[in-house]
Order: sequence, then structure tokens, then C-alpha cells
Amino acid sequence: MISSLRLRAAIVSTALLAGFLLLWHLATLGTGVVADVDPEYARLMGATAVAGKSAMPGPMEVLGKFWWHLSHPFYDNGPNDKGVGIQLAFSLVRVLGGFGLAVAVAIPLGFLIGMSPLMHKALDPFFQVLKPISPLAWMPLALYTIKDSSASAIFVIFICSLWPMLLNTAFGVASVRKEWLNVARTLEVGPLRKALQVILPAAAPTILTGMRISIGIAWLVIVAAEMLVGGTGIGYFVWNEWNNLSITNVMNAILMIGLVGMALDQVLARLVRLVTYPE
Amino acid sequence: MTVNPFVLVDDLAKTYGATAVFENLYFTIGKGEFVCLIGHSGCGKTTILNALAGLEEASDGVILVGGREISGPSLDRAVIFQSHALMPWMSVLDNVAFAVRSRWPDWDKAKRRAHALKFIELVGLGNAADKKPAQLSGGMKQRVGIARALSIEPKMLLMDEPFSALDALTRGTLQDEVLRICHQTAQTVFMITHDVDEAILLADKIILMTNGPGAVIAEIVVNTMPRDRNRADLHRHPHYYRIRNHLIEFLVDRSKQFDRSTFDPRKPKFTTPGLDTTTEEKQP
Repeated sequence: MISSLRLRAAIVSTALLAGFLLLWHLATLGTGVVADVDPEYARLMGATAVAGKSAMPGPMEVLGKFWWHLSHPFYDNGPNDKGVGIQLAFSLVRVLGGFGLAVAVAIPLGFLIGMSPLMHKALDPFFQVLKPISPLAWMPLALYTIKDSSASAIFVIFICSLWPMLLNTAFGVASVRKEWLNVARTLEVGPLRKALQVILPAAAPTILTGMRISIGIAWLVIVAAEMLVGGTGIGYFVWNEWNNLSITNVMNAILMIGLVGMALDQVLARLVRLVTYPE
Repeated sequence: MTVNPFVLVDDLAKTYGATAVFENLYFTIGKGEFVCLIGHSGCGKTTILNALAGLEEASDGVILVGGREISGPSLDRAVIFQSHALMPWMSVLDNVAFAVRSRWPDWDKAKRRAHALKFIELVGLGNAADKKPAQLSGGMKQRVGIARALSIEPKMLLMDEPFSALDALTRGTLQDEVLRICHQTAQTVFMITHDVDEAILLADKIILMTNGPGAVIAEIVVNTMPRDRNRADLHRHPHYYRIRNHLIEFLVDRSKQFDRSTFDPRKPKFTTPGLDTTTEEKQP
């Protein structure tokens, strides 16, 4: 039953995709010759003007380009023309850097807040104010203080991935079952061993769920951050291709961003499953 | 009564604001004795056990174990929790080995495992050592809890209604095993229960508590049956129904209407139903 449901869902998905691609294809086909002009002038004007062709690229064009990007991911022809693989790698390094820094801060701090009701109450007002600030609002401040655009992007990623992880860690640690803590107490387990062998595994599913939310947000934010700081990265690539008026490349970038984001989410989802324990 | 009891509870009380859950508790547990505590919900049974375990602080009074006042949890007093409290991310073996490591931090892994396995086999779970708690039945989980408590070779066991979540058949089997293991190892045990038959089977002394708030120890019933009793022919013993009736009568009537006028909390009354029926059973 489950496999047949999965099969039917796959069929519906494929049909929807095919329908979408077909509609897209038909909508961008063009209406044929609209003006009889001098061929040289027609070349100058492009297909949009002379053949009624939409400026929006069709699916074949985009997929063809996609294939081209996949087969030439790492070429480097100077600052404005790099393979999409290189651009994605720049973005990933920034995301993982900022995310890693956030892990290093959020996990210990989350433990502290989760274990100490005093710290929880004392720090809560700060979190409430800091949490709703758009990470990009920090950008000017980061550029001014750090004085390095790439490091500023990493800082922005750090700030945006910090809160979900911090709050989830604190929540996970605070809601470890009392009976497990009592077991540790009656066995006279030391604080470090209690933290690593009881609280950490007990709270791990909640902590990793926070990390999963964080990496999703970080991937959302990196595109906007790179549009601002420029130079490298998939966000810069999107903006650069917009300036080149290459809608095909913009669409390709959008697709790539989606695929990489999905992959990041799947990795974390798998980690969550790995540490989840049945009760 | 031994001259120097292993556990001495002196004037224990727990109050929340102005209301006392229980007060003026005096009782002793001798080395190797199995003591059950019976009372209705709300008389603070679990609080008493937690105080003995060192998990909770009483509002008043002291508890001496082995002549020393307790000040927090200790590996000498192992607790078997009502809800088994196994760590679900650890296998059966790891759960027990976790406790073993706490007791003997210097042991290497092989020694810890061997020691843990010995106790897992003692409770009959040798084949399930590598399973996770979620793969076990309720009775098996509670056995692991018992193995974990015994593995640290404590000076006394504290059990908080350990069998109440189990079905009757499993409960019976486990009671037999606990009885066997405790007698084999001469364990000192303090157990909370609300099951009269369980108390009669297991306990040497049964502490009866009045209803809360302000619960006190009404009396301490001495089990007058031989120690080598077992569940199968318990009810054939002539004392069985006398003890049972005495306990039930207490739980139904006297726990509510306890006469405090002649009551001296420092000397809880000992009753021996079965031996001195003429004097005890005629009391109001």
C-alpha cells in the first residue's frame, strides 16, 4: 500500500512536471514572423523583435544551458566569468563557515541556558530583540567593523544561523526527562559525563532539528548577502547574469540554488534521523 | 529491632507552605531487611523514597544510613524507578555498563562489559543484551532497571512501585525473581507499593501510612510468615489471610480515621498479625 502510494505520487509528480514544461515551452515558442525586415537589422534586433519570440527562454534552452553548466562547472575566465561550480563552492564555504561558527557558539551557550533557569531568564530579553532582526541589517555594521566583504558575509550567515540553533539547544537541554537526570544523580555521574552521555544524546534530536532550520535559513540568506557584497558566490552570479540580461543563466542559478539547498537539508535530515531514538 | 539500624529515619517531614504532606516519621530498616511502605496516594510515599535516595530534600528531620547523615544521592543507594528510566539511545548492555562505569571508573571496557553482562544474565536477559529498550516489553525493561541497580552492588535498594506498570503475570514472575535475588544477595530493600499481596510476599516489615495531608506512620506490621515463602503457596499459610485482612482493613477504614490522641510518633506501634491475633485484631 505504501509502495503503491509512493508510486502513484511519483506518477503525479512526473505528470505535473511534464505539464509545466510543456506549458512553458508553448508559452515561449513565439508567434512566428511579425515583421519583414532586413536580415542584418533583424540580427541586430534579436528574435524578440522580429520573430515574436518571447524574451523568456524556453525549457529546452534552460536545460541545455544547465547541461552545459554541469559539464563546465569549474572554468575560470576572470572575475565576471567563472563556472557555476566555483560560485557554488564559494557560497558553500561561506555558509559552512558561518554555520560552523554558529554551532561553536550556540551549542555551549544553549547548554548553559538550558541548564540554568537563571541564565535563561536573564538572556531571554536579548534574544527576543535580536532574533527578529533581518541578518542583512547587520551587513553595514559588519562591513564597517570587519572591513572585509567576504568575512562580513560569513558573519551575516553566523548571525542568522545562531538563533534557531541556540533556542532549540536550550529547549532540548531544558526538556531532558527528569528521570534520566535522576538516574545520573543516583549514579553520582560527574557534570561533564552527564552533559556528554546523558543530556547531549537526549537533546540531540532537538539540537539537530535546530541545526537543520539554521542551515536552511543560512542558504536563503547567502544569496542575498552575496548580491550585496559581490565578487564571488552564487548570489553574485545571479546578480551578474541579471546585469548580463541572461535570463537563462538566472534560471539556471535558481535551479542550482534549489538543488543545493535541498541537498543541505537532506544531509541534516539524515543526521536528525541518526540521533533520534525510539521510546 | 537491631541496636544499630542500617537506616534510621528521624522526625522526617515534608511541608509545602503551611500544609505538611507527612510529618513526624520515625522508622528504621535493619541490614538485610525488606521493608515495604503502603499508603494511599497523596501521603508522600514517593517523596519519602526520594528523600532516602537523596534526590529530594525533606523539610525537616534527618536520615542516617550506616550511621551517617545522607546529603544527596549516592551509589550506595540504588534506585529502581517506577518508569524504568532506561536511556533509550543505549542498548541494554550500555545502560547497565553506564552504571558500572559510574561505580568503578577505573575499570577497562572489557571488565565493565563482563560485570554488566553478569547482572543482565541474573535477571534473565542474556539474549537481549544488545537490544534497545524500545525493543523490549515492559517487564523486560523493568528487569534491565533491576540489573542496573544491582550491578553497582549497592548497600541498599530503593524501589518506587517498580511493578505497578506491568500486567499481573509479568508482575508475579518479577516479584519471585526480586525475592530470590534479594535473599541471595542479602539486600536491604525499601519499596513503595500499593499492592497488599506484593507487600506480604516480599516484605519483612510493612509500614502503614495514614492519609495525607499530615500523613504519619500508623503502625508497622511485621510479616510473621517464614522468609522462604513463595508466591505459589503463600495463601496456604495460616497467617496469610490474617495479615492480608489486617492490611486491607487498614487501607479501607483506619487510614482515614486514625486516632492521634494516643499516638506517639517516636514509637510507631508494631503489630504481628497471625501471632497475637487476640490482642491486635480487636483493636478499634
